[in-house]
Amino acid sequence: MTQAASLLVERDFAVPDIRCAGCIAKLEQGLVRDRRIAAARVNFTEKRVHISCTPDAETPELIGAFSLLGFEAHPIGDGPAEVDGGASDSRALLRAVAVAGFAMMNIMLLSVSVWSGASGATRDLFHWLSAAIALPTVAYAGRSFFRSAWRAVRHGRTNMDVPISIGVLIATALSLYETATHGPHAYFDGVVMLLFFLLCGRWLDSVMRDRARGGVTALLRNMGTGAMVAGADETSRWVDATALQPGMVMLVAAGERLSADGVVAGGASRIDLSLLTGESAPQEVSLGDPVHAGTLNVEAPIRVRVTAAGADTAIADIARLMGEAAQGKSRYVRIADRAARYYAPAVHTLALLAFAGWMIVGAGWHHSLLIAVAVLIITCPCALGLAVPAAQIVAAGALMRVGVLVKDGSALERLAEVDRAMIDKTGTLTLGRPVATNLDGADATVRALLLALARASRHPLSEALTRDLTAAGVTPLAVEAIRETPGFGVEAQWEGRMVTLGRPAQPTAHSTLATQLAINGAPAMTVRFADALRPDAADTIAALEQAGVAPGILSGDRAAAVAPVARVLGLTAQTGMSPQDKLAAIARQAAAGHKVLMIGDGLNDGPALAAGHASIAPGSASDAGKNAADCIFLGDRLMPVAQAIRVARRTQAIVRQNFALAIGYNIVAVPLAFMGHVTPLVAAIAMSGSSLIVVGNALRLKGAAR
Amino acid sequence: MNGLLVLIPVALGLGLIGLAAFFWSLRGGQFDDLDGAALRIFVEDEEEDAR
Repeated sequence: MTQAASLLVERDFAVPDIRCAGCIAKLEQGLVRDRRIAAARVNFTEKRVHISCTPDAETPELIGAFSLLGFEAHPIGDGPAEVDGGASDSRALLRAVAVAGFAMMNIMLLSVSVWSGASGATRDLFHWLSAAIALPTVAYAGRSFFRSAWRAVRHGRTNMDVPISIGVLIATALSLYETATHGPHAYFDGVVMLLFFLLCGRWLDSVMRDRARGGVTALLRNMGTGAMVAGADETSRWVDATALQPGMVMLVAAGERLSADGVVAGGASRIDLSLLTGESAPQEVSLGDPVHAGTLNVEAPIRVRVTAAGADTAIADIARLMGEAAQGKSRYVRIADRAARYYAPAVHTLALLAFAGWMIVGAGWHHSLLIAVAVLIITCPCALGLAVPAAQIVAAGALMRVGVLVKDGSALERLAEVDRAMIDKTGTLTLGRPVATNLDGADATVRALLLALARASRHPLSEALTRDLTAAGVTPLAVEAIRETPGFGVEAQWEGRMVTLGRPAQPTAHSTLATQLAINGAPAMTVRFADALRPDAADTIAALEQAGVAPGILSGDRAAAVAPVARVLGLTAQTGMSPQDKLAAIARQAAAGHKVLMIGDGLNDGPALAAGHASIAPGSASDAGKNAADCIFLGDRLMPVAQAIRVARRTQAIVRQNFALAIGYNIVAVPLAFMGHVTPLVAAIAMSGSSLIVVGNALRLKGAAR
Repeated sequence: MNGLLVLIPVALGLGLIGLAAFFWSLRGGQFDDLDGAALRIFVEDEEEDAR
């Protein structure tokens, strides 16, 4: 047993559908029944499952074990280093928060006795003890501030961390001097409390980024995928996408996404290009036709000879455009940093003025320095450092509950500023998957038979039928001897008759997807499929217009396909656009002074998503789209887009209120500090008071998305 | 005054124990899946039932 355990391999799978305690139990207890899997552990927060399996277990088999339990699983490749890097970052911050919190409590314990009148040797003892706790704490918990401040100063810039570092260091040094010379006031409590509150803000910010990143990682589909590759002797084996080589022959089943560019070497099918070009109608391919990575094979299994894999694929070109487009966004300066530009010099000037003023009055350098330090401590951006992250994490939590993942705080800030919305059609305004259009006319038996057959198949059209019929409350009829023939369909016995669901006998009009139900060979019904509008698209457009955001369509599809959608929604549309055209359209709007929100899902939207002032992608988007977008909304409804804008604006309002509160507090406290009335006791009360008020104000956002 | 000599080390010691316990639980992964931990109370333990 121990020998077997040492041979186990650890793997991670993203499982986006974990929603409740039942799912945890089902997965953890169901997976271990597979003899290859020794242990499974669900991480609900990150929607991941960690399994220990035998080395011979192949990726498709493990995914099969998940789908047997009714879950869709995506392997997470060997590249989780970036994700873990973020997690360890916030873990280091959490440790610093804990240390600062511990030190703050103990120093406060000692300080209270000093404030209540301890004097002489006792006071000195308490001050020395405080120093002994505070010095290591400042060195440990202050590192991230000192490092960032040093980086800024070395480049001749200033940020929030510069006044913090100077304040902390000078206050600590002065307190040490006070302690050594038996002085009455030491600011160790103030210094450590300052670090504690600021670290809380930093930590909240980092947790928010991690959480969204975890959600996005769980959604990424292409990571670590690959293909079944046919060997020379007609055996097939699974090859990871990274190991695919030109010349290999991939066996692509219906419903599978291609992992590399290639040409069709066998079979004929239809390929869904919507993620690559935005075109909604699947394209027919047969022997010799080129096909591209990232597109979906919808009809029948085909063999594809790989011509380019990995970085050489057509996607790589789009990725390069995306990289260039994203550079514009990196120039955005976050609101806290914008505030720091004015705040830091103001604080330094004030402290310097206090020192100079008292020197001129003739108070002596020691007394003047004490007052300057009091000014530095009282103006330190405690509330400011907490004001922005506290509001943003509460807002992001509220949005997550309605199904919007926000990638970071700056996304909320940019989202609040948009006044134009550019919306892609396929997959964004529409669902981006086939929906049966003529089911309502069918009689109950036919519908029940359709469901019975469709649910036995993983074919995309069967899955669409299953979803639509289940949602309509249809109960399947009992059928026997179900058998699926790849490329043709499903057949079964029903009350002694042969029923089949598959390709229609007569080919349908070009660009229409259809499937046919036949009883004893006689056609009973032909189900047609089309890409339907999202159910609340019209309401969402109205809500956007009401919010002062002017929407428009930016589609890569043909004008004839876009026109009906544009007419129903009453929008202007630009059609047949390449990724470069979309980029140019956004650049034109930006040049006219507009802030553009890009909403799109495809690979072809990637550059536009990266270039937009803010961007949102649906959860069904391509990986490139999800990577480039600032926010991701889940589910079939489009309304979360309008909700996200509303919440982002409310968040900005709260952030501004918090700034106003912090400035108001400074207006009261700074004169007191200037006059020399701020003792360590006053500083402690003022600091914790203002921080609590700011956090309390931010908590009002909790129900903002409702 | 003599009481302080006992009480202060005790206070600091208790605080340090708390800090150490927090670090320990952090390293043990107790904070890795907060939402899941809240739901696990609803999970029936299958092995317990079988016994």
